[in-house]
Amino acid sequence: MEEKEVRLMKGNEVIAYAAIRYGCDGYFGYPITPQSEVMETLMELKPWETTGMVVLQAESEISSINMVYGGAAAGKRVMTSSSSPGISLMSEGLSYIAGAELPCLIINCQRGGPGLGTIQPSQGDYFQACKGGGHGDYHLIVLAPNSVQEMHDHVAVAFDLAFKYRNPAMILADGVIGQMMEKVVLSPQRPRLTDKEVRERYGSWAAIGKPASRERNIVTSLELQSEKMEIKNKDLQAKYKAMEQEVMYEEIECDDAEYVIVAFGSSARICSATVEMARQEGLKVGLLRPITLYPFPSKPLAALAERGVKGFLSAELNAGQMVEDVRLAVNGKAPVEHYGRQGGMIFNPDEVLAALKEKFIHKN
Amino acid sequence: MKETLIIAGFGGQGVLSMGKILAYSGVMQDYEVTWMPSYGPEMRGGTANVTVILSDKKISSPIAHEFDTAIILNQQSMEKFEPLVKVGGTLIYDTNGITRHPVRKDISIYAIDATAEAARLGQAKMFNTMILGGYLKVRPVVSPEHVMVGLKKSLPERAWKLLPQNEEAIRHGAEIIREVKL
Repeated sequence: MEEKEVRLMKGNEVIAYAAIRYGCDGYFGYPITPQSEVMETLMELKPWETTGMVVLQAESEISSINMVYGGAAAGKRVMTSSSSPGISLMSEGLSYIAGAELPCLIINCQRGGPGLGTIQPSQGDYFQACKGGGHGDYHLIVLAPNSVQEMHDHVAVAFDLAFKYRNPAMILADGVIGQMMEKVVLSPQRPRLTDKEVRERYGSWAAIGKPASRERNIVTSLELQSEKMEIKNKDLQAKYKAMEQEVMYEEIECDDAEYVIVAFGSSARICSATVEMARQEGLKVGLLRPITLYPFPSKPLAALAERGVKGFLSAELNAGQMVEDVRLAVNGKAPVEHYGRQGGMIFNPDEVLAALKEKFIHKN
Repeated sequence: MKETLIIAGFGGQGVLSMGKILAYSGVMQDYEVTWMPSYGPEMRGGTANVTVILSDKKISSPIAHEFDTAIILNQQSMEKFEPLVKVGGTLIYDTNGITRHPVRKDISIYAIDATAEAARLGQAKMFNTMILGGYLKVRPVVSPEHVMVGLKKSLPERAWKLLPQNEEAIRHGAEIIREVKL
């Protein structure tokens, strides 16, 4: 029998494969459930023997993110991964990296919080990922994969965007996407950049040795003169504005939909089953799935509201976070409600349909 | 074709690897597959379960709330999952350690004494592939040749020497599974 190049893999495992194949230079991390397989898989694959990629278990998440900061400052493609409590520990570093305008990749395989919370899946870190987490006016680029294949694909997308905008990028997954196995097709191996290529591409900002031909590159987030800091802030905001062109989303059965569910990542998978159930009952329900959470797909949501959608249901595994962005996008043109489960509990497709009926259809 | 299956038992019984063999067999048969485990303390000896979905279409939700088939390997899982088998669905259980046998009359019920049989043959580790063989006898969702490839793919190379024993266990499981009429 002819064997196919299709692999069966966990979302966490595929992150390791995708990083190596992208030509990632370094991974620095600290284990935490439910994402420990990322580093475990990297350690098994031993990329330092093949591509030369560094894989290092630091003594804490704080060390990990600061190692990422250092690697990124040298123009390297560096990454880390963790789960919710670990990302909280990294948040100071993320703010510094965003302030210093450096590219890197962070994976958050979310679990329920607050605090140590639960190791079961959750989407409770939407605010943390999209609205800051660390201090100061900054944004991450945030991608929300809904399958193992997208976990793989988003590694390249996130690194590309991170370098395009010199901004940290986060893949916001959760325990479902990280732990489940699905079919995946791996990308071909790309070479890591040579020192010469790094100099050519990133020599204008990376701290890789000062030639006589230019001024020093200084990597810092510090600026004590308020006049200069405000200019820096405005430049950052202009960059975030420019990122809006990178927005990605998927629409399922939205063309004639009277009601639209908005869901990302694992919940979007569940809600696509809700759409199938609703359509079987003759209800015109669609799904809009943000693939980028930052930048957020406000325009397509506004267009759906403008077209006359009667209600939007933001279905999230949290107490209601993305719903605020949906409301801002819809801007009062249609009612927007939230349905969620918390604590590691996961809603069923029919539960979401029942919520949709209760909040919109039976109400009228 | 769509089969939504839960395999539930104790951590250490090979629940997750049984699901993995089946998922890989599905890949070989060109099905879409998802394999979603319970994770965490289960790995250290509590209850463990895995949901495997095989389909000839794109799979929407990897999380299921009702099942075409449930393979039940301990009493806690019987309490939890017998009610979640779809009407007309299939329940397969190992009688070992079961204190309350299944009672539903709207599903097909099969018993397989794999724990006892594996112990009798001195091959306790073949317990899960024996169960898998029984399952595939009553639910032939993947062809035997794809199962053999799936078995090989899901085992690390160091375990390939055990492939013939596992193949034999799959065949033996198919022989010893029996329907239970209530």
